[in-house]
Amino acid sequence: MFKILRKKALNDSVVLMDIDAPLIAKKAQAGQFIIFRVDEYGERVPLTIADYDRDKGTVTIIFQTVGNSTKMLAQLNEGDYILDFVGPLGVASHFENVKKAVVVGGGVGCAIAYPQAKKLHNMGVEVDMIAGFRSKDIVILEDEMKAVSDNFILTTDDGSYGKKGFVTNALQELIDAGNKYDIVVAIGPIPMMKFVCKVTEPYNIKTVVSLNPIMIDGTGMCGGCRVTVDGKTKFACVDGPDFDGHKVDFDELMRRNSFYQKDERSKECRLLGGNGGKDNA
Amino acid sequence: MPNMSPNKTKMPEQAPNVRNKNFSEVALGYTEQMAIEEAQRCLNCKHKPCVSGCPVNVRIPEFIANVAKGDFKTAYEIIKMTNALPAVSGRVCPQESQCEGKCVRGIKGESVGIGRLERFVADWAMENLNEKPQKPQLNGKKVAIVGAGPAGLSCAGDLVKLGYDITIFEAFHKAGGVLVYGIPEFRLPKSIVQKEIDNLIAQGVKVQTNMVIGRILSVDELFESGFDAVFIGSGAGLPGFLGIEGEGLVGVYSANEFLTRINLMKAYLDEYDTPIKQSKSVAVVGGGNVAMDAARSAKRLGAEHVYIVYRRSEEEMPARIEEIHHAKEEGIEFMLLTNPKRIVGDEDGHVAGMECSKMELGEPDESGRRRPKAIEGSEFMLDIDAAIMAVGTSPNPLIRSTTTGLNADKRGCIIADESMATSKVGVYAGGDTVTGAATVILAMGAGKTAAASIDEYLKNK
Repeated sequence: MFKILRKKALNDSVVLMDIDAPLIAKKAQAGQFIIFRVDEYGERVPLTIADYDRDKGTVTIIFQTVGNSTKMLAQLNEGDYILDFVGPLGVASHFENVKKAVVVGGGVGCAIAYPQAKKLHNMGVEVDMIAGFRSKDIVILEDEMKAVSDNFILTTDDGSYGKKGFVTNALQELIDAGNKYDIVVAIGPIPMMKFVCKVTEPYNIKTVVSLNPIMIDGTGMCGGCRVTVDGKTKFACVDGPDFDGHKVDFDELMRRNSFYQKDERSKECRLLGGNGGKDNA
Repeated sequence: MPNMSPNKTKMPEQAPNVRNKNFSEVALGYTEQMAIEEAQRCLNCKHKPCVSGCPVNVRIPEFIANVAKGDFKTAYEIIKMTNALPAVSGRVCPQESQCEGKCVRGIKGESVGIGRLERFVADWAMENLNEKPQKPQLNGKKVAIVGAGPAGLSCAGDLVKLGYDITIFEAFHKAGGVLVYGIPEFRLPKSIVQKEIDNLIAQGVKVQTNMVIGRILSVDELFESGFDAVFIGSGAGLPGFLGIEGEGLVGVYSANEFLTRINLMKAYLDEYDTPIKQSKSVAVVGGGNVAMDAARSAKRLGAEHVYIVYRRSEEEMPARIEEIHHAKEEGIEFMLLTNPKRIVGDEDGHVAGMECSKMELGEPDESGRRRPKAIEGSEFMLDIDAAIMAVGTSPNPLIRSTTTGLNADKRGCIIADESMATSKVGVYAGGDTVTGAATVILAMGAGKTAAASIDEYLKNK
């Protein structure tokens, strides 16, 4: 059992939690993930580690309530317990010979882009950060991201806050302005990562993406998280979750990730009085 | 006077057309009367060929003699001396190639139903014996076991009896390894596995779930934290794929994923959240026990057609004869000498068919089995909406890549000698992580051998 020590709503659908998990906190590194299971009937769901505090023994997760399991997790409060919390899983992000980087986050993906920017910043790398949101009301972690970037650009699709437009427009402008980057880190919805890669490819800028495919065990056993990278089958849980974005088959990943979407929508949250049942019974 | 019937006492089973719609156990088990009758078929041979065929050396004629007398408690005690998980092995061992394969009664007629009797005795004990297992006096030495599957549980079972302080570290949220995520409920009820594990816990074994060794703690850190020896039984790991076109399509599963959704995550029960798709027509590629388990599970989920697609003939199939027989009874369609060439998708990237070639058998290959080769122009399209790949596994790299001084072979299997000692002092390994994918009982045998070696090592340390 793992205790929720802090809970904070970052916007209407994004929640931050600090989980009491000292052994994981001791080992966690940016880029790695955990798997949680709310209760005996719950799914195993992977979430990338947003932050950790080795002294306090806490691991921070930030998640959007998109499916049944994240909705159930969001129902829990400070002092409540999660049944299972396992990690740190996956390979930590690895940066070498980087002097200048641009970190691109999209929506709730900023929760994962932020620790990457922080890691680069702490390594002494010059960090430009682009954070994109649909609109002003869902902006998260603005101050935190600002604090770890040398140049921070916030975009909204509808122009309600920051610069109007997509992250790809902002990235193109930075490149056009003559900025030379050793690496681009892009974390967000699959289409965003795909199009960031399209922007950087002609300039041959190394672009790392963090993938979050369907996963069960997270230790290399089920193969559910396989992605095609450079024509080869890779397992996001043991070979990733970070990959060279120019080599990832994003279209296949998008299709595979949508496999259970219909089942998700038909579910009702058990903790809200629904039966959590599936339509394919 | 022995019972000279040439045939085993029949095992009561659920009817094929009933059981292929539910997940309850197929074989219902002997009654006391049936068990005594079957036990009386044993000739109690002096040279005990059956025992030499058992990877954990169960004293077979002795326990069977007690079953014949109706003394099931003594029979159980005899089995438990050498076998930590009899209710499991009685159900899933390939007895026909082990103990029963050596049985003298098998020369003219059927061998004694040793597996069935072992299962009967273990089930009888679970129901009738309420004695709390004794907690042995601790000897002050600590052993860490990585992986709560058959190898680790069997190793733990032997070491705890000798007074060692045992902690098992399990990556999943539940102990049991392949016994809980892989082998389906209808072949091995999970309540049985849980009782065997509870029994170990009652003897003092500690089980820590959600602990991925190699990530949260390394093997070296286990030593630093006070363990005197480590046994690695982390299993086979990564699922294999064929490397053919279309394996990334939606609706293609590894057998591990398909079975884990069903068995561990209980996707077939309404109250559990993990989803599984209802498919109409499923191809399972492979000919082993895992392929049979996946096919029979797919049928139970309601698929109209479930095909076993296997490139050799039935004779070469690695699955147990009983599993093949059960699968056929349940309506699984066998497409033998058939090799998948590619999986084709519809416009949404979902599985829509599998192109296969017919094969013929040529000269024997390095495995001694006749090599299949494609018959030119024999390609045809199999109409399916899901494909399950049950074509083997390769060891998980997590532990070997995070442990200093631990040698592995080219395939990535940890190298252990006949005593199960690895290249690293104090570290022993056994089961699929050493051999590659094999059987539950071989893993149990390896765990047992390792337990004896660890005891020897720590006594002299």
